[in-house]
Amino acid sequence: MEVSAKTEDRFCVVSVLHERIDAAAALEFKEAMRQTTADAPGVVILDLHRVDFIDSSGLGAIVATMKHLTPQRALVLAGLTPAVEKVFKLTRMDSVFSVFGTLDAALTAHRA
Amino acid sequence: MAAREALARVLDGLRPLALEPEEKSTVELVLAEVLNNIVEHAYPDPNNPGPIHVACRHACEGLHLHVRDAGLAMPGGQAPLGLAQVVETDVDDLPEGGFGWFLIRDLAKDLSYRRVGCENHLDLRLAVALHS
Repeated sequence: MEVSAKTEDRFCVVSVLHERIDAAAALEFKEAMRQTTADAPGVVILDLHRVDFIDSSGLGAIVATMKHLTPQRALVLAGLTPAVEKVFKLTRMDSVFSVFGTLDAALTAHRA
Repeated sequence: MAAREALARVLDGLRPLALEPEEKSTVELVLAEVLNNIVEHAYPDPNNPGPIHVACRHACEGLHLHVRDAGLAMPGGQAPLGLAQVVETDVDDLPEGGFGWFLIRDLAKDLSYRRVGCENHLDLRLAVALHS
């Protein structure tokens, strides 16, 4: 699972470079997130704009990542594609996360 | 990984239906959850895998899926109820699993499960491709 990370003062952006976070990729995703966010500042923005499919395992892996970061750090989601947003909406997990339509919107909010 | 490949093959086979992106994501999600459940629960031993048959039939009321495997039966001889998970809770108590059957039940219609001999038979309908 390839991810890229960019860190600013108060947050870091982790972009998932893979198109799917599914059952076959969920464990790798969790591990990649653990490693990438080990020294992350208070907010981790997860950029999902390249991800066009997640299933329940992928959703579980994102929830596990948030739980791992809490309470010191917050996980924020950005750039959800329609198929990904649908899974969050149906399971009502969209009410648990801060969700930004685009990475730019998330950056603007967290630089302010 | 085999589930991912099977999914891609089924979606490729459905191309003539010209599904809308929203419809395609419904088919992909439901079938992914069904296949993942079979791989995880019907064939729990990775050293002892088995076949999964997927058949699709397009009718005026949508896409009928029939999925068959020769693995372990569903607990109690019934498909799980797939109740919605509680999300109004502390972060530490948030569920990390149990969304699969909820998504299947939420998106699929006319779901039925039967154990026939040594096989599981799952039938469901997705209200997609209603235009043709």
